[in-house]
Amino acid sequence: MTDMPVEETEIIRPPRNQWLDVWDQFKTHKGALMGAAFFVFILLAVTIGPLIWTIDPTYIDIRARNQGPSLGHPFGTDQLGRDTLARMLSGGQVSVAVGVAAMALSLVVGTFIGVLAGYFRRLDGILMRLTDLFLALPLLPLLLVIIMLFRDALRSAFGPEGGIFILIVGVIGITSWMQTARIVRGDVLALKEREFVLAARSIGTPSHRMITRHVLPNVLSPIMVSATLGIANAIITESALSFLGLGFPSDFPTWGRLLFDSTDYLQQYPERVIWPGLAISLTVLSVNYMGDGLRDALDPRIRGR
Amino acid sequence: MLTYTIRRLLIAIPTLLFISLIIFLVVTLAPSDPTANLPLSIPSEVRAQIRESLGLNEPLLVRYLLWLRQFFVYEPLHILDQAFGWSLATDDMQRILSWQTRSPVADLIVQRMPQTLWVVGTSYIIGVLIALPIGIVSAYRQYSWFDQVGTFVSMAGFSVPTFFTGVLLIVIFSVQLGWFPSIYDTTHEVTDLASFWVQVKQMIMPVAVLALYNAAQISRFMRASMLDNLNQDYVRTARAKGLSEQVVVLVHVLRNSMIPVVTVIALGVPTVFGGAIITEQVFKVNGIGQLLIIAIQGGDVPTVQTLTFIFAVLIVLFNLVADVLYGLLDPRIRYD
Repeated sequence: MTDMPVEETEIIRPPRNQWLDVWDQFKTHKGALMGAAFFVFILLAVTIGPLIWTIDPTYIDIRARNQGPSLGHPFGTDQLGRDTLARMLSGGQVSVAVGVAAMALSLVVGTFIGVLAGYFRRLDGILMRLTDLFLALPLLPLLLVIIMLFRDALRSAFGPEGGIFILIVGVIGITSWMQTARIVRGDVLALKEREFVLAARSIGTPSHRMITRHVLPNVLSPIMVSATLGIANAIITESALSFLGLGFPSDFPTWGRLLFDSTDYLQQYPERVIWPGLAISLTVLSVNYMGDGLRDALDPRIRGR
Repeated sequence: MLTYTIRRLLIAIPTLLFISLIIFLVVTLAPSDPTANLPLSIPSEVRAQIRESLGLNEPLLVRYLLWLRQFFVYEPLHILDQAFGWSLATDDMQRILSWQTRSPVADLIVQRMPQTLWVVGTSYIIGVLIALPIGIVSAYRQYSWFDQVGTFVSMAGFSVPTFFTGVLLIVIFSVQLGWFPSIYDTTHEVTDLASFWVQVKQMIMPVAVLALYNAAQISRFMRASMLDNLNQDYVRTARAKGLSEQVVVLVHVLRNSMIPVVTVIALGVPTVFGGAIITEQVFKVNGIGQLLIIAIQGGDVPTVQTLTFIFAVLIVLFNLVADVLYGLLDPRIRYD
């Protein structure tokens, strides 16, 4: 009998926040935790890094060209004497910015189409056919063609850097929304049959408020998982384009472009390709691990097991 | 099943037409001039005549329909003529000519195809052969050290882009160790054992890069699919009947787990051609992917259109194959 009060206090715990549960589950996935830590490190490096490492990435010091690692240039210098560490930091800024911006664009398009297709039965058929058509497009060849053809026009309109940034973010965004749209549509279709949606509709909630108040918050978890995978995909695509020589120009480099430029000196300075390659690979790997952990953490069937 | 296949084939036709329209519009509406690369000394009247002879003054719809007729009627007839020595095509049936080489695009593709098929095809088969056992063992011994290592390698395999693994292999095996050539020599002919060995040596690195990438993706699917099946009731029943573990896993579970994996393998075939664009560029293999890159850089519109459309046909075709296979392999799926 004396044990009873103790048991009772254990049963009525204060209600826990859902996001605390998610975080608890996320913490158990070691790879995801390390991935998140590394991604935060990369984000800090490319945002705060240039403030600490103040060498100008475009400063040409021809007498200090092709140097190996030293105290003044920890990653060495390139064929024009530009500091590799500074170029890595500014290149990372562009790479990560492209990744995040393209991911955001593809999420907005994908969520919009997915919600419309799932919520409005009349739009479902035509929007899903559109999604299937986009999935059947040969994306890499088409991206290459679009960039090659529209590069100069956009460059003259928005300047050499802005134009290519808009172009690359745009084409990656509008060619990678299909998976998000499919997943969101499936979830919305299932949500529509739930009682709370019926209750909300029975008190006369208009469609736009239904979507923003009841549907969107409930499809947040698949969207978050697509977001992480979208960043990885966008970074890889951008660096692939830059590697093929159709991405950012050499004086405004990204990691992919740095890797592409270094392959010319593969025989003499093989270590130069390692840094940008490693940066791309580790960033994508960490984001993918984060996505894996997030998927497990947001899945209520796995959580708490 | 047959009606389903026929229906899917019929749906594929408007899909392909739509894709061809997109490809046509993207390439045609772009602000680029095919005569821009010609010498500046050509007077502007002649330049206008060249543009006219290329058919650039016709309305868009006419150009699109003409291109379609060229692509779907004239080209196949010419290809059949070449293959069997017939004479179905008449002289006024113009072929799709590359603006760069002035030769039919189909001939260029025929020249480039064997290299791509050799390198990409071998790597895909090897990738599948590696992925299946890894996936099976990983799932059967879930959370063992083998599973941990396998999961990490497959995660790394599809996170690390092929242009980095390729360059890394070149740095290690060509520059440092000097074991393999870094450039794929297409003119090399296999005549005896020694030249065969040379061929193997130059194929090892590109094949390894693509095989790792493909194996990474397929082994993840294999593992997930095996895990789904290993907890099913029929597995417990099979064990309870006293079947050996080998039979349970390799016959009962494996056959059921292969259903989604086979479709994933089918779906992956066209993406391999796309992924090969980068690998071919790294190792200087002059296959289809490199042809596309050169054509894009040279503003060679017919070649770019044809190649992109062929990639699209491959994607639609293998989507169809995957869906039909899924229905054939899994009797629970009924499309009708």
